[in-house]
Amino acid sequence: MIENEAVLAQQFEIQGRDFNHAGNISTTIKEILQETGIPPSIIIRTAIATYEAEMNVVMYADKGTLYFSLAPDSIRIKIDDRGTGIKNISLAMKEGYSTATNEYREMGFGAGMGLPNIKKNADKFKISSCPGKGTTLEILFFLNNSEGQ
Amino acid sequence: MTLKEIVHILQAELVCGKSHINDEIEFAGGSDLMSDVLAFAKPGILLLTGLSNLQSVRTADIIGAKGIVYVRGKKPDPEGIKLAKKKDIPILLTDYMMYTACGLLYSQHLPGVYPVTDKKS
Ligand SMILES: Nc1ncnc2c1ncn2[C@@H]1O[C@H](COP(=O)(O)OP(=O)(O)OP(=O)(O)O)[C@@H](O)[C@H]1O
Ligand SMILES: [Mg+2]
Repeated sequence: MIENEAVLAQQFEIQGRDFNHAGNISTTIKEILQETGIPPSIIIRTAIATYEAEMNVVMYADKGTLYFSLAPDSIRIKIDDRGTGIKNISLAMKEGYSTATNEYREMGFGAGMGLPNIKKNADKFKISSCPGKGTTLEILFFLNNSEGQ
Repeated sequence: MTLKEIVHILQAELVCGKSHINDEIEFAGGSDLMSDVLAFAKPGILLLTGLSNLQSVRTADIIGAKGIVYVRGKKPDPEGIKLAKKKDIPILLTDYMMYTACGLLYSQHLPGVYPVTDKKS
């Protein structure tokens, strides 16, 4: 993925199963972006994708680190987690596939829509995983329409 | 339709966000499933839900909802109300069940959200 000179770079720690703080980081990133002149539609897409990814770390991993960087032409979110990882990525990417527990379903999650929704909102999306170790997501948003296809 | 009219139609209690009472609401959507809300919602939506946890407010904030209506007498967790106040999101409580609450608003011409692929007839 394109590495660009970041105007702003920040990193955040995500704690697995901490539902009281789940989503805090995505909210913070949304707030940071709202202080810039970035179009609201891009901010919403970034917030949704980040939130889906953050919730996945909270629900399925032990802990993770979210790297946020803002460059003149893009927003980049990278999330590295330590946990069970994903054995079959193409299956996990399917709409409707979920291993969520009843507890998570009662919280309003577990429809198996998260990963496809991240992909849908992102301009570029990469996922890789090492079963038993963890998962890495890279999500990129272009700030100029001409760069996305 | 203004938030004030919605409060009236749903015989709702406005818990917070009173300064938004005259805000114009253009469309709404109802779901208890946050996964779905994140997938279909558009900024500016009025979210009707029976899910009263902190995540419901969090989700509403992430998608840029103009307000949340808790149906069938549900009350959001104190943590949720705290977040809604902080993020300045109006919260309404109604005793109507989901179907009725949506139906009442829809019949008063508050439209729903249409998926992008759905060619609205
Ligand atoms: N960071 C992760 N670590 C381990 N497994 C993951 C991770 N992210 C996703 N998964 C696996 O992939 C599945 C699909 O994820 P996805 O986000 O699409 O749906 P979900 O989280 O189950 O439901 P939803 O996102 O709609 O609430 C999950 O149920 C889980 O099994
Ligand atoms: Mg998910």
